[in-house]
Amino acid sequence: MAVTFKPEVVQEFEGIAARYPVRRAALLPALWLAQREFGWISEEAMVCVAKLVGVSPMQVMEVANFYSMYQKTKPGKHHLQVCQTIACLLAGSEEIKKTVERVLNLKPGETSADGQFSYQLVECLASCHTAPCMQVNDDYHENLTPESTEKLIADLRKK
Amino acid sequence: MATELQLTKRYGLKDSHTLKVFLETGGYASLPKLFAMTPVQVAEEVKASGLKGRGGAGFPAGMKWSFVPRNSGKPVYLVVNADESEPGTFTDRFLLLNDPHLLIEGIICASYSIECHTCYIYCRGEFKQQFDRLNAAIDEAKKAGYLGKNIQGSGFDLEVYVHRGAGAYICGEETGLLESLEGKKGQPRMKPPFPAVQGLFACPTIINNVKTIASAPWIISNGAKSYAALGTPESQGTHIFGLSGHVNQTGYWELPFGMPMMDFINNYGKGVKGNLKAVIPGGSSCPVLTAKECEDLTLSYESMKAHGTMFGTGCAIIMNDTVDMAVVLKNLTHFYADESCGQCTPCREGTAWEDRLMKKILAGEATAKELDLMLEVADNMEGKTICVFSSALAMPVRSFIKKFRADFEKHLIKNMVSVPETVA
Repeated sequence: MAVTFKPEVVQEFEGIAARYPVRRAALLPALWLAQREFGWISEEAMVCVAKLVGVSPMQVMEVANFYSMYQKTKPGKHHLQVCQTIACLLAGSEEIKKTVERVLNLKPGETSADGQFSYQLVECLASCHTAPCMQVNDDYHENLTPESTEKLIADLRKK
Repeated sequence: MATELQLTKRYGLKDSHTLKVFLETGGYASLPKLFAMTPVQVAEEVKASGLKGRGGAGFPAGMKWSFVPRNSGKPVYLVVNADESEPGTFTDRFLLLNDPHLLIEGIICASYSIECHTCYIYCRGEFKQQFDRLNAAIDEAKKAGYLGKNIQGSGFDLEVYVHRGAGAYICGEETGLLESLEGKKGQPRMKPPFPAVQGLFACPTIINNVKTIASAPWIISNGAKSYAALGTPESQGTHIFGLSGHVNQTGYWELPFGMPMMDFINNYGKGVKGNLKAVIPGGSSCPVLTAKECEDLTLSYESMKAHGTMFGTGCAIIMNDTVDMAVVLKNLTHFYADESCGQCTPCREGTAWEDRLMKKILAGEATAKELDLMLEVADNMEGKTICVFSSALAMPVRSFIKKFRADFEKHLIKNMVSVPETVA
């Protein structure tokens, strides 16, 4: 399915592109706009971004694939990103992972059948003093315990 | 007497991120003094203060600023590295959130000194809240005449833009960051040319960490001598030090350099939970230290160097004696294998190889030969690539195995001929 940017989004992009002397520099911001508008970065969205920025679809694809925060598959409504790096490991992130996997019956990289939850392991979220930590969409949830993780998921279900 | 807080004094104030609170608490007060100086004088002042880059490499900031060629005919750019993602490090995140105007004030100081009129703040992708706060602060500052044309009647123009990253550790490396800002994969560039001569859009560019830039206003207001009087003769000023891992109180505190590590752990971290085994002093790339080595360690660039490690970011990860260092190193090899940009063969293959070897060791399928192979691979990773990412894994591999070999040996199969590791 072809996707297109709404005129007001194109206008927003032009405002951003004007901040750089080279239009290509606005490629990362354009991908952010695409993710905000379409929910994820499909190949159709990459073509759309390429047209907007004035680069080839392949150039968009190599950049989109390089950065882990651009979602190349459709994430769930609540995208759970559990930190697995050293400080969270020391603080018990293995238990948080197990809790998420048990409660949602998901493995890293999977999305629930109802599209409500997706689950991903990520690297250090700069929340080392409040570990273990997970990011749900843009929000940080810190000092997690298996109990608070279960409660968080239950609260998200109600949203 | 407690040292005056320079970077964190507004933390905890209600609406500390707003222009109103910033101005009520002495914000933008350095500007009249700044604009009375010449750009060269500003660089000299910062040089005299001893301020070093707080991002990890510790390069003297004023000296960096003085490398910018003046009258090159090209625009000059300032880029603030707010891509905080070194494992164990978490203090820029709060500076951006609590006091974005302090960063803007520092940006004005640095930009004026290097005669730059466009600054980009490269903000880590995960920091959406910080990204929004920075944009709001820039809007406020612009409306109040602290950014834009003719700042406070000085005749100096400056625009500041926030550029959001998208989840790639390597973009914290300054030339990887520049590539990313130009809309490309964040793969580091060969140096020379150095960014000060040919950086962003092939123009002279200075890249500094958040805390480096945020330290500038205090130096301008209070003078280089007052700044240099703080800390130690080789580590001047204050820094936001962090503690994570096995201490009773994790967190961050702004302190002058030079405090003994054990005092920091005991007085601020309220002591180690259990018995101290190891400390990674400044982010995961720094060689690990044993409890014994920490006895006479101080929070300073020179003491870290004397102990064979690095100051790094000043955020220490504390580990007690329940920790299996082999498990921790596996965590790090996974991180580096995952985050290698893939550009240089020794790094792309080396980080993944180290990770496979650690997997094999933890699975109980390796012999002493594999452990030695890890060291050999580390030797082949260091100093053979475009950037220091590869060394940033080689150093922990070597220090972990050298200092905590018993933790690795207990996973090994004894007296067995090993199957050679093949490159999958």
